[in-house]
Amino acid sequence: MTDWRPSAGRKALEARAKLLELVRSFFQARGVLEVETPLLCSAGVTDPAIEPFIVPAAGGQRYLQTSPEYPMKRLLAAGSGDIYQICKAFRAGELGRRHNPEYTILEWYRLQTNHYELIREVAELLAAVLDRQGWQIWPWQALFQQVLNIDGLGATREDLKVVAASRLDRVPDNLDHDGLLDLLFTHCIEPVIAGWGVVFVVDYPASQGALARVMVDRPFPVAARFECYVDGAELANGYWECVDPEELERRFDADNEQRKARGIETRPVDSSLLAAMRSGLPECAGVALGLDRLLALQLGQASVGSVISFDWERC
Amino acid sequence: MANFSTNEFKPGLKVMLDGDPCSILENEYVKPGKGQAFNRVKLRNLKSGRVWERTFKSGDSLEGADVIDVELEYSYTDGEFFHFMDPVSFEQHAASADAVAETQKWLKEQEKYDVTLYNGTPITVTPPNFIELEITETDPGLKGDTAQGGSKPATLSTGAVVRVPLFISQGEAIRVDTRSGEYVSRASKT
Repeated sequence: MTDWRPSAGRKALEARAKLLELVRSFFQARGVLEVETPLLCSAGVTDPAIEPFIVPAAGGQRYLQTSPEYPMKRLLAAGSGDIYQICKAFRAGELGRRHNPEYTILEWYRLQTNHYELIREVAELLAAVLDRQGWQIWPWQALFQQVLNIDGLGATREDLKVVAASRLDRVPDNLDHDGLLDLLFTHCIEPVIAGWGVVFVVDYPASQGALARVMVDRPFPVAARFECYVDGAELANGYWECVDPEELERRFDADNEQRKARGIETRPVDSSLLAAMRSGLPECAGVALGLDRLLALQLGQASVGSVISFDWERC
Repeated sequence: MANFSTNEFKPGLKVMLDGDPCSILENEYVKPGKGQAFNRVKLRNLKSGRVWERTFKSGDSLEGADVIDVELEYSYTDGEFFHFMDPVSFEQHAASADAVAETQKWLKEQEKYDVTLYNGTPITVTPPNFIELEITETDPGLKGDTAQGGSKPATLSTGAVVRVPLFISQGEAIRVDTRSGEYVSRASKT
């Protein structure tokens, strides 16, 4: 039988209320507008590694949002200015020490800025919440060089397999290029940077750029994407946003091609987002931050379940 | 046997890996926000007792292992096999020396043991935490040494050698902790 009692203690509930208060005053002081967008949308993401919950609805099905990114970008295109949102997001199958299928996201967008400016703002928020002052920036390629001694951007799938086999007991079969990069990052790099405090990883391979713009002025194009790691836990993911609707449409199609190659269902493309972008998404940078993980870090809890009132097993 | 997917991997689940039955100890879900999900799994190989750490792509599956834990009574050895009996069904099971392993020195007739059966054959035999055995050989005790102080080796009826206090003498039964191999007390009188 399910335990009726909460998975979070009173102290964690208080800390959550305080954190929400702090976040709201942080953004209010900076003139960023709080917004709400729908949780149930008629299109979801095409991202091959993210699975939504699908809900039956009149006139077809709806997707519980996996992040509020698309409707927030439609607000930006409609002239909202700087915005932030605190909301629930849902990802089917993501359950573990650092994952709860229903979780709380803090997402915000800043106009006329790039990801480096946004990194500074994330660091300021972390300083306020976690009382941590120092932070460092590591280009993704430099991390691979430092920890694994390979050129992660130039390496072939075979090169990556050899490195993985030399470091792990078992390399899962049939991992594609990006799957191998994810394997090396989570199994070899994360444990190392866990000792480095607050780390911003920047300049991801273009294939892992998601919705970030790609910077082509280098030997290998890299995406203007960053990830924030604190003690090895992935906390936030941000982009200097790609504002080109045609480029974005190509990526959605590529996502669906990758889905086909992996033998998983393809997803409809969000035509409202593309329409909004054709009408004009302003130059901006945006970031999504996992509030449950931030709270767990603040309270020194190993599992997000202990900072969520009722975790997945109890609801 | 049925197949189990990574999201069904729970501590205690018995699965086949590299041809050996294993028991899952831990299953950690690892996933970058935008990337491939993995399960980092710790398993105990039930044949060797060794702990393996293996990474799977989330959604991969392993075949279940036909492994059950039963409580059996030790009967006798024929020199090659060690014979156990199910006290309820009277079914007989023969365990090899490999399966009995270190437990051999704690085998006492009519005592109950936790036996792991793989495809119906014993692969591990675990003794009770405490067992009472007779001392077959030890040096004569020194009078007066009842409290703290010295100890001496004593050979038990099973062949095990444990250190006992000096006042314990040959022919007495003692209680031993099989996990540490240490003397606990004189046996309870029955």
